[in-house]
Amino acid sequence: MAQEYKLILKHADEPGYTPDIECYLRHGGYDALKKALAIQPKDLADGKKLSGAEQIREDVKVSGLRGRGGAGFSCGLKWSFVDRKSGKPIYLICNADESEPGTFKDRQIMHKDPHQLIEGMIISCFANDVKLAYIYIRGEMPEGAKILNRAIKEARAKNFLGKNILGTGYDLEIYVHRGAGAYICGEETGLIESLEGKRPYPRIKPPYFPAILGLWMCPTIVNNVETLCNVKHIVAMGGAEFAKLGTPNNTGTRIVSLSGHVKRPGYYEIEVGKATLRELLYDKNFGGGLLDGRQLKAIIPGGSSSKVLKAGEKFKLKKKDAEGKEILVETDMLDLPYDFDSLAQAGTMSGSSAIIVMDDSVDIVKALANLSEFYAHESCGQCTPCREGSLWMNKTLQRLTHGEGRAQDADYLVKIADNIPGGRTICAFGEACSWPVQSFVAKFKDEFVAKGAADEARRAKEISAPADAEQKQLEAAHH
Amino acid sequence: MSFQPTPELEAEVNELITHYPVKRAASLMVLHAIQEQFGWISSEAVQWTAKKLELQPINVFEILTFYPMLRQEPQGKYAIKVCRTLSCALGGAYELHHHFCEKLGLDAHKHGPQTTKDGKFTVEFVECLASCGTAPVMMVGDKFYEGVSHAKADEIVGGCK
Repeated sequence: MAQEYKLILKHADEPGYTPDIECYLRHGGYDALKKALAIQPKDLADGKKLSGAEQIREDVKVSGLRGRGGAGFSCGLKWSFVDRKSGKPIYLICNADESEPGTFKDRQIMHKDPHQLIEGMIISCFANDVKLAYIYIRGEMPEGAKILNRAIKEARAKNFLGKNILGTGYDLEIYVHRGAGAYICGEETGLIESLEGKRPYPRIKPPYFPAILGLWMCPTIVNNVETLCNVKHIVAMGGAEFAKLGTPNNTGTRIVSLSGHVKRPGYYEIEVGKATLRELLYDKNFGGGLLDGRQLKAIIPGGSSSKVLKAGEKFKLKKKDAEGKEILVETDMLDLPYDFDSLAQAGTMSGSSAIIVMDDSVDIVKALANLSEFYAHESCGQCTPCREGSLWMNKTLQRLTHGEGRAQDADYLVKIADNIPGGRTICAFGEACSWPVQSFVAKFKDEFVAKGAADEARRAKEISAPADAEQKQLEAAHH
Repeated sequence: MSFQPTPELEAEVNELITHYPVKRAASLMVLHAIQEQFGWISSEAVQWTAKKLELQPINVFEILTFYPMLRQEPQGKYAIKVCRTLSCALGGAYELHHHFCEKLGLDAHKHGPQTTKDGKFTVEFVECLASCGTAPVMMVGDKFYEGVSHAKADEIVGGCK
């Protein structure tokens, strides 16, 4: 049976565990930082020397850590893109703008174990020669911002931050920067613009890759909260050891946010790929099953932007047979291992590792209308296809859910959705707002068509009723 | 009417400016600080912020108009934000929003901010508040509430003096 594996949330929910630094230190806090700062330069075979910072960067590569924010991009690779020869300062930003609907994992870390994030950040900054870093936390988490500010103050008092950290000569400051209610700030270049004090309009890539032209046009690393926490554990246990957690190419643990129609919604940390969707939904130590008497209808597997999975859907998954030969195995959607690659093979993604469960009481058209209202509200408005498309999709879905639908609305929705993504927009919001529409309509088309057709039939009746009366009056007048 | 920052606000803003190598970057945090103290951001406050950060007023105004949390007019004493997005909707967020509106004499079909005539409450639907496992969730000012039943909602309103 699949089990929880608590690495990041090891202490967070323990009775008596508090977010202050003394408690953190009692639990081995900042030991990984001390270890990181003490790494001696290593001599290489070719006579070159590898600094402590470079060794940490190598170890993060070895660990196989993939970004926990949504894209699942290799953290080590992301760090390797940083322009270290520009002569400009390098900045690091912790993306704590957790706002992908369905996701509530970073909130747990920041509220319950803020020093773990601070320690992960300090190590990551040290590894990348960063002297100034920011935590961009969403505006709707004022409590989180206060907790982090307190933690930073405590860390500074102990000289884990500030000038000449623990006598090593390394200086670092971290500041908390609050957002103000805009989802687009979670997109890293939008976040950078927002931090600069501008509207968070994402920047076009190329040339504005953050690793080269980021904050104030300097090389910048943007990492998710959970990703940065993992760096602490990679240093503590070693990259190779970390890579043993999880499954190949899907290493470490992930905190899964489970919401919607299950008995035990909540956050569960698992080794990546070591639990299937079925286990996460039905096992008594995870979701505990659907509400009594209900059947599963659909799952949104990785935050609201990921493509929906319909109950009973089957996928061909690549697996290795006994002789190591690659074979295709038909797999029910519930039997997908919860990791980056399996979900990608099923045409969707594990995204921010947020699962929204919908049972058969859900009106699927209404559910999509809910999400479309979100995207129409959150499009920054910079690119026409996204600004207009997200609005039209929402208008169409609102009329479909308010008795004004048409039978052809299903096709119309797909036509709009197909014309937003694919390089027509500056950032991936275009994809994010289209994927739910494309997948919901493709997999539940009957329900969309039926709803529109029913509305049309009702309206036809309403229109013909007064017309019939008029005809009768005319006929009476002629006689 | 000119904008009169308190010495505390002025000190806070001066401190915020030191967090960034470029003054402009402090603008969002400065607007937060102003809103925290005054409840909203007037055009005089925009002028003051612009001067403080060596910007044109439009540079400040354009972010004030972009971010949903920033207010251009006074709000009720208690700002009630009910999460509207899918997980909360599955958990009864629309019914909860309806309940608040009905109780406080507001239009339940409006999703944007509405303030009661006595200026005591502002109710609005907001997008995902990132606590989907304890739906439906809401905020009153900076305070966060999870798994809000209608009875709990009544209790919350009753507690707002």
